[in-house]
Amino acid sequence: MQFSDFDWNSMPDAAGHFGIHGGRFVAETLMEAIEALDKAYSELKNNAEFQAEYDNDLRHYVGRPSPLYLAERWSRELGGANIYLKREDLNHTGAHKINNTIGQALLAKYMNKKRIIAETGAGQHGVATATIAARLGLECVVYMGEVDVKRQAPNVYRMKLLGAEVRPVSSGSKTLKDALNEAMRDWVTNVDDTFYVLGTVAGPAPYPEMVRDFQTIIGREAREQIQQQAGCLPDALVACVGGGSNAIGLFHEFLGDEPVKIYGVEAAGEGLETGNHAAPLCMGKPGVLHGNRTYLMNDPNGQIIETHSVSAGLDYPGVGPEHSWLKDIGRVDYVAVDDKEAMTAFHALTRIEGIIPALESSHALAYAMKLAPTLSKDKNIIVNLSGRGDKDINTVAALEGITL
Amino acid sequence: MSRIAACFKALKAQQKTALVPYVTAGDSHPSLTVPLMHRMVAAGADIIELGIPFSDPMADGPTIQLACERALVHNVSLRDVITMVADFRQKDQMTPVVLMGYLNPIEVMGYQNFAESASQAGVDAALIVDLPPEESTDILPIFKQHDLDTIYLLAPTTTPERMRIVCEAGSGFVYYVSLKGVTGANNLDVKAVAKRLDEIRTISTLPIGVGFGVKDAETAANVAKLADAVVVGSVLVRMIEAYPDNQAGDDEKIMSNISELLSSMRSAMDS
Repeated sequence: MQFSDFDWNSMPDAAGHFGIHGGRFVAETLMEAIEALDKAYSELKNNAEFQAEYDNDLRHYVGRPSPLYLAERWSRELGGANIYLKREDLNHTGAHKINNTIGQALLAKYMNKKRIIAETGAGQHGVATATIAARLGLECVVYMGEVDVKRQAPNVYRMKLLGAEVRPVSSGSKTLKDALNEAMRDWVTNVDDTFYVLGTVAGPAPYPEMVRDFQTIIGREAREQIQQQAGCLPDALVACVGGGSNAIGLFHEFLGDEPVKIYGVEAAGEGLETGNHAAPLCMGKPGVLHGNRTYLMNDPNGQIIETHSVSAGLDYPGVGPEHSWLKDIGRVDYVAVDDKEAMTAFHALTRIEGIIPALESSHALAYAMKLAPTLSKDKNIIVNLSGRGDKDINTVAALEGITL
Repeated sequence: MSRIAACFKALKAQQKTALVPYVTAGDSHPSLTVPLMHRMVAAGADIIELGIPFSDPMADGPTIQLACERALVHNVSLRDVITMVADFRQKDQMTPVVLMGYLNPIEVMGYQNFAESASQAGVDAALIVDLPPEESTDILPIFKQHDLDTIYLLAPTTTPERMRIVCEAGSGFVYYVSLKGVTGANNLDVKAVAKRLDEIRTISTLPIGVGFGVKDAETAANVAKLADAVVVGSVLVRMIEAYPDNQAGDDEKIMSNISELLSSMRSAMDS
């Protein structure tokens, strides 16, 4: 496959497939709602008024463009390529998630829905959804696994302050996948007045495409910024992959630039060899979950298995179908870093650059720490700093035996 | 003629509606399932829907999610479910069995492998909740080749255009979900159901099963006046849930409670 000649916007196909991945594997009870969403989105994505409102919100409410920052001191210490950080952590609400919730909430408004629901893992998507619900005066319910409610307490409180109702989910593994199940159940039950704001590039079509479209602003800005600052395209891109929305947001604009190496970093948890990880692209097999076919972590009987990562936002057994396809065609290299490596990178960036990164983003940083020294000093890497780490201080403190 | 077609034909001749109980295979433990299936037939069940346990049953409510979790404690696999049907067929060659579940376990087993084993074991149909007709193009010819019917759902929100697509792809019967929501939800609106069934009948000649919200003999009898089959699920699963500790005598209590409810539904439906 010739990457430079390929029309990357031609994917997915009309039925939402990326190669064998993607699609629309949902119960008939949801089909009408999804078709209505599909129709609304296809109409609005090329509507000038909708786009102008979205762009305006990104600029004045989110604070875009987010900076591209050369981490000079850290790059020097690592002794190789220059590391540029795409500062999605500086967005309003502290992560890339708001790029998507702004877009979907606007869609909900155009579709006259009065109530929005969302699932959340780390809580960033929940906060971003609650934020936009507050601003638009919409009722908001956020589903969150009980385990995540505990480890992301500050975000739970933030959502409540914003007026959202946080419903803890106690089924299954009590994490992100179960929150997603529960959100889907709510949607089926309240399908007439409810809009489901899905937080990542997974789920049934059109979500993977729609969320990608709302996140590609990251890569569009980064492509311009790096050319202004470094005078050339980057040599490599690095982003963490849970569901994969921040990664696809950065990668998509560069897919046709064949010389740009692209790395998606999954959570190796306690180590890929231990089985306690969240790395479906590195270790899983294609299967069907949450409305799409994609690489999954499942047992030999097809049951979804519990994942492990120190980072709640990466603790998910599936991944967006476009990533699965990008793996299959060989455009993106998917790698994994474990909890310890992520923690090392967390501390390094905090101490050397004065930036506290999210534990999710710390996985991308950890891979950059390995990659940079293997490249010469005239090479440039862009790392997507997808979120800030304030929400993780309790987790980090607990790992070091400190109670706050 | 398939067991399902024969079943509906015989019932039609007697002017009766099929009673279709659902239980999750392996709930609350694997050795309950086959005896329970026989008891349900004895109590008046015409077709049995057997749930394939899945870790993430998105379209089901908490009752069936918990049933799946109880079965999965015993690692009940799709192969085990098929073996249960083979066991059931030792004594019962007549009663149709429909496997109901989610695609991933079938996908992991392989479509061909599943269709072959299921058909050999005496499974008559599969209802794969998260597999709409649009995504069924690979699986349908394989099921057809092995004489497995494919049962699809229709929802209150299904448009007439989709009804056509769904009924064209489906066989055996079509399952009308009587309300917006997940399994185990409340209150079925008989009038609204009647209107929708009329619409479906203008499009398709497939028998229509109605489920979601059938909790007691009275509702079953009301639905029986409209539908070709009445599907009862969560209320039975809750009778299993009531005895979670697998103590001596629990199985018998579960089976007699379920039999009693099904018998009362049967007589209300037939009178």
